[in-house]
Amino acid sequence: MSDSREYAVGTHPDLPPPLSTSGAIGWIRGNLLSSPTNIILTVLSIYFLYKVVPPSLNWLFFDATFNGDSRQDCREASNGAGACWAFVKHRFHLFVYGFYPVEQRWRVDISFILLPLALWPVLFDKVPYRKHLLKFSIAFPFIAGWLLIGGFGLTPVSTDYFGGFMLTLVIGVTGIVFSLPIGVALALGRQSNMPVLRVICVTFIEFIRGVPLITLLFVASTMLNYFLPPGTQFNLLLRVLIMVTLFSAAYIAEVVRGGLQAIPKGQYEAADSMGLKYWQSMQKIILPQALKISIPGIVNTFIGLYKDTTLVIIIGLLDPLGIGRASLADTKWTGLTTEIYVFVAIFFFLSCFSMARYSLYLENKLHTGHKR
Amino acid sequence: MESVEQKRNIISTLWNDKEKRAVIIQIFSIAGLFALVWFMIGNAISNLDALGKGFSFDFLFQPASYDINQHLISYTSRDTHLRATIIGIMNTAMIAVAGIILATVVGFTLGVLRLSKNFLINRIVYIYIEYIRNVPVLLHILLVHGVVVHSLPNPKAAMTFNDSFFLTKRGFFMPSPDFESAMTVVWIALAIGIAFTFWFRRYAKRVQDETGKIFPVFLISFGAVVIFPVLVYFLAGSPITWEIPVLKGFNFKGGMVVRPEFLALWLALSLYTAAFIAEIVRAGIIAVSHGQTEAAYALGLRPGRTTQLIVIPQALRVIVPPLTSQYLNLTKNSSLAIAIGYMDIVATIGGISLNQTGREMECMIIVLALYLIFSLSISSVMNWYNKRIKLVER
Amino acid sequence: MSEAQTSKMAVSDETVIKIHKMHKWYGSFHVLKDINLDVKRGERIVVCGPSGSGKSTMIRCINRLEEHQQGDIIVDGVELTNDLKNIDAIRREVGMVFQHFNLFPHLTILENLSLAPIWVKREPRKQAEETAMRYLERVKIPEQALKYPGQLSGGQQQRVAIARSLCMNPRIMLFDEPTSALDPEMIKEVLDVMIELAEEGRTMICVTHEMGFAKTVANRVIFMDGGEIIEQNEPNEFFDNPQHERTQLFLSQILAH
Repeated sequence: MSDSREYAVGTHPDLPPPLSTSGAIGWIRGNLLSSPTNIILTVLSIYFLYKVVPPSLNWLFFDATFNGDSRQDCREASNGAGACWAFVKHRFHLFVYGFYPVEQRWRVDISFILLPLALWPVLFDKVPYRKHLLKFSIAFPFIAGWLLIGGFGLTPVSTDYFGGFMLTLVIGVTGIVFSLPIGVALALGRQSNMPVLRVICVTFIEFIRGVPLITLLFVASTMLNYFLPPGTQFNLLLRVLIMVTLFSAAYIAEVVRGGLQAIPKGQYEAADSMGLKYWQSMQKIILPQALKISIPGIVNTFIGLYKDTTLVIIIGLLDPLGIGRASLADTKWTGLTTEIYVFVAIFFFLSCFSMARYSLYLENKLHTGHKR
Repeated sequence: MESVEQKRNIISTLWNDKEKRAVIIQIFSIAGLFALVWFMIGNAISNLDALGKGFSFDFLFQPASYDINQHLISYTSRDTHLRATIIGIMNTAMIAVAGIILATVVGFTLGVLRLSKNFLINRIVYIYIEYIRNVPVLLHILLVHGVVVHSLPNPKAAMTFNDSFFLTKRGFFMPSPDFESAMTVVWIALAIGIAFTFWFRRYAKRVQDETGKIFPVFLISFGAVVIFPVLVYFLAGSPITWEIPVLKGFNFKGGMVVRPEFLALWLALSLYTAAFIAEIVRAGIIAVSHGQTEAAYALGLRPGRTTQLIVIPQALRVIVPPLTSQYLNLTKNSSLAIAIGYMDIVATIGGISLNQTGREMECMIIVLALYLIFSLSISSVMNWYNKRIKLVER
Repeated sequence: MSEAQTSKMAVSDETVIKIHKMHKWYGSFHVLKDINLDVKRGERIVVCGPSGSGKSTMIRCINRLEEHQQGDIIVDGVELTNDLKNIDAIRREVGMVFQHFNLFPHLTILENLSLAPIWVKREPRKQAEETAMRYLERVKIPEQALKYPGQLSGGQQQRVAIARSLCMNPRIMLFDEPTSALDPEMIKEVLDVMIELAEEGRTMICVTHEMGFAKTVANRVIFMDGGEIIEQNEPNEFFDNPQHERTQLFLSQILAH
């Protein structure tokens, strides 16, 4: 209207925002001091950080002892103020291999090296020769099983010697690999229009999901033998693997069911109208879409399974926690529980956090795919 | 030759008919299932026979002959396995209820803080949640238990507040109340306060409907339930005497004690579950679209009222279903109590009773059945609730 | 639309909205540049412009759904600042209708309408519901009162949203692209309601691409581009004789089909 304009109509340049709302000052005002509550929160946060961060860092790094042959050495080096990582260093091989025979450890090493190679084509879709590599991924569990257990030309190693991170990975990877197909089958069974199949699947899923994993492990360790033909000796690790797999399969079934239900009815009808048989339409049309939607949930289930591998110490298997606690029996190192727990916690945090990040990455990828 | 051909024809027509095929598959699955069950039961019978055990729940009525240090109802080692089981159930229930309360409070607080615009608090809560979620719960339990048992002082050097609360590696000791007869008045006051609140809420709604007047319902309810009984308490001359724990020998005597196993399990389970609840709460609040709050603001509703009338009712619909599954998880995870010697269901009937009687089958069946009954009843209540609150759509 | 030019009621001289040298940034992005706008009581303004031109942001500043960083906005004599009292006062006077309706899905239609009168104006429920029913009749869907928003069509939902705003009896109505989320056959039912409102002489600012609506009811059409007001004029002049080349380009694009 009649206002004096500084620029001709339509030529106003982009100006920087006023200083009070931009830059460092604007950021601090907007993010830390925007209201009385906000100021209080900021002050509390700074106080909390001041109270927690320096002591933790001191214990973890600055006052910690990294070399020594007994707890006494640690005490002398740091007056007992910091962590005694010398212990973890000293027992590191146990944490990794458990009691696997020293001269056979190369077999574990090879499995460790092959694992990322097998995972690579599964996790990412822009991988050269992905189709061929995927065949290797499918074969990997069997190759690794052969390497670790032996036989067929390799010295057999009893699974009683399995332990440490290696045991965690064995249980985790086996559980993940076998629970996915079983879970998908259960989900399809639950959605099937055959009442008998549906009832069987629902009962199984609800039973497993209704009880804690630890009770199933107890069943495996105490009760399962009764149901097998008299005289059968059944490897404990194998029993645990079966239970863990079934447990996680029930949870995956529920995730996949969610995915199946999210598929619009039109897709089923379209598949039917093309004259596809049940398995064809599932395999070509429905499952690829349902699984794609369920991937984040599936990864979360896997993270849960992976964390749950720690429960095996309760029935006497020696995962890293068990190894750590067993090592404490050595009088040279008694009382270092915190170090063990923190060390194992860091290991789990790193692996689970990366899985969670991967799931987030997938979720974002999915969302962009669905955006209009 | 011909008959074979015919047979194949019959099979293929049966197989190619969708309905008939379904029947065949189902018959075979039932048969397979029965065969499996038959096989397992047969094995179980012969195995039990071989051990001379049989299958019976009689052992439940024999003396358990082991001690349980935490019991809500009286228990001695001369009591039966059945009573030990009941103690176990009560301990599981106690940890579950206490855990659910703390986890909910902490979880909702963290979830709201996670949405704060304050950068620092937001990041701190994020890091905390990620740390908690990505470390196994068993490890948390052991870690907290380790801290309680190893890092807290001996009773002689107890950390104390006001010389009546004592934090030691033997547990958290606090005064126990001893009610005098005048306390009845206070209980009556509390009952009146609660009854008044119920009445007042309805009254306030009616008045608002009729005249539009809005009462500060929350403040008045708070006054009636908390401030009024407290006033009466002091008017009645503080009719509670506190029995303060005293150090006798190596430990405290008197007062109430929260044992280290309970403390560790309670804190670890609640904080672990709280991290998951926080994410659920955050997601629930985010799920209420920005447009909803904007529309409420545009109508002139203040942020507080908008939260009360628009955000919370909608967010709860998203939050409640996964929240209950977290409650179930917490209850199931409480079975890890056995790792630190807290006597819950698994540790009593599934642990010591099982080992003492050698009745693996019976004990495990009881344990599984208890958890199943609990889980299934909660989830059926949930299904009913979800159906009820589902938004009406076209 | 012909020159029907419905009974355009007299526009008073009183200024109800005054925007003076207003600027707004999203982070470092300059969305609104030097906005100056006076709205008289009873005026009906249509704001148009290409998407991303800042037209929605501008009207959202008027009831403080967005904060401006520079300049003044004065609504009904009250200046928009961080003062909560002022914001409350202004939001009572200004009603808003959104592109995506934003009805509250957990409340019935009647509850949607009576919510603000009950909690903001503190009216008795009965009175609030009577008002609500009156406005529902005006938008011609009284029979839907006890249904939930999810059970209504888009056009019905938008009419409910308009009625919901009217229940607070605002002096100024803001419309933020009220028809752009609707199927073509539902646009008319909403526009009809809006035309009726215009005829009552309520002050309206409407962001829309419905040029027919602009011609019929607007006293003034504002064209925005790149965060600036490029041109404003009364509708006949605006459409027949656009001054600025950007306006010409925009009109040729939008009227081409």
